[in-house]
Amino acid sequence: MTAATTPARVRRPVVTRARHGKLVRHAVGVAVFLLAWEVAARSGLLPWLPAASASLARVAGLAADPVFLGDLLSTLTAAVIGLPLAVLVAVPIGLLLGTVPVVEETTRAIVEFLRPIPSVALIPLALFFFQPEINAKVALIVYAASWPILINTLYGVRDVDPVATETLRSFGFGQAAVIWRVALPSAAPFIYTGVRLAASITLILAISVEYFVGGSGGIGAFLIQASTGIGADAMLDVVATLLWAGIVGLAVNTVLLRAERRLFRWRHL
Amino acid sequence: MLEIEDLTHVYGPGTPNEHHAIDGLKLSVAAGELLCIVGPSGCGKSTLLRSIAGLIKPTGGEIRVGGELVRQTPDNLAVVFQDYSRSLFPWMSVADNVALPLRRRGMDKQRRREAAQEALESVGLAEAGRKYPFQLSGGMQQRVAIARALAYRPSLMLMDEPFGSVDAQTREDLEDLVLKVRGHHQMTIVLITHDIDESVYVGDRVVVLSKAPAHVVGDLRVDLPAPRDQITTREHPDFVRLRGEVGRLVRGVDAPAPTA
Repeated sequence: MTAATTPARVRRPVVTRARHGKLVRHAVGVAVFLLAWEVAARSGLLPWLPAASASLARVAGLAADPVFLGDLLSTLTAAVIGLPLAVLVAVPIGLLLGTVPVVEETTRAIVEFLRPIPSVALIPLALFFFQPEINAKVALIVYAASWPILINTLYGVRDVDPVATETLRSFGFGQAAVIWRVALPSAAPFIYTGVRLAASITLILAISVEYFVGGSGGIGAFLIQASTGIGADAMLDVVATLLWAGIVGLAVNTVLLRAERRLFRWRHL
Repeated sequence: MLEIEDLTHVYGPGTPNEHHAIDGLKLSVAAGELLCIVGPSGCGKSTLLRSIAGLIKPTGGEIRVGGELVRQTPDNLAVVFQDYSRSLFPWMSVADNVALPLRRRGMDKQRRREAAQEALESVGLAEAGRKYPFQLSGGMQQRVAIARALAYRPSLMLMDEPFGSVDAQTREDLEDLVLKVRGHHQMTIVLITHDIDESVYVGDRVVVLSKAPAHVVGDLRVDLPAPRDQITTREHPDFVRLRGEVGRLVRGVDAPAPTA
């Protein structure tokens, strides 16, 4: 009995210690980076670069700046509207392409032609067709974010285990049930990965459009205003805004990863 | 219950990879019978099973289940596959896996749940409903797959090497489970295996297939005393005689195939 309980009692702290060690290593990495940054800025090696300490202070300052918060909200709004729309557009198309080979073969040339076009290059076109600016932003986000979701859905659906499909068919279920009850759930982890990749794309596109237009708001517009200012303060705002973009991206990805582990627990064990 | 007339199946006819899996196979299974089909590996046993289940369309011949020509999957049929880990849906709980096919029976949620629980109890997994397949051992997962088939209350249950992926002890347990549940449910069972002893131990009748292209080379009635028991049945002189006969038939067709 003791032999059975002792290893369990030993193992648990080992796991937390391992996680602890990982956190410590992450923290060390960040600290070294910040230190190098601070030194590079203060030593005059990179004279234009605001110091890490000052930038971080400005990051905190921006959190209380209503103008910045409004811009941040406007960027996130576009992303939050665009991402679900991209899912709604891309998942059905991916399912169709993944389950009906004829459709996939007919559209492959178009897909392979459109896919490599950088979405940022479509900004002028989007602004021409979609007004006001928020619509152009959302349209571009939907377009760009759809690709990774579409491709991952396509391959996820194609990868469905034929035994699982045959099992359902052997109980008399038809093609629609196979797609809904087997193809979609077994492709779900792939689709989710596509969504996670797409989430970072939404921010890229939102900020790019804002930067291109400059006018009406968003982090991109804030960046333009900051960078057209004069002096060290302007650069401080630019750097702090970039840090904010990084923080938002990191936070979104962390939340999505956590949710992924919970949703697809059956896949990892 | 099951009539197979002149069944022939050719994979990729007319291509360089053309493969004759089944050739002119005839077979008749009576209602309530437990038929074991044995044959050398790769002899087309699975092709036969998939044809009966309507999962593939054979290139020739006719299959009737309950008098009806099989064009698509028959309504009153369930299949237990060898690969339980791929046949169970990993994203569903055990109970949901068992209950899913019952949607085809037009049962409401409550009744599906009750039927699933009942089936799980009959395979000795009353407590496992809320678990996920990956939390169970291989033998338990195959029990779940059997429970799923039982809950569906098929009149014909097809089992494709159902115990091929479990250890010897679990295999014996599962063989006895099949013998037990067939007593409670009125159904015909066709069990495909490459294990000669298993075919004699479980079956009322053993049909031996030739190597591909498969046809029937032996059809033996198994009249062993009931209830069957892993120790005494296997010691029974008839068991020893039958396994010898089946073995010879399987081996016999292992020799260079007669070009018929």
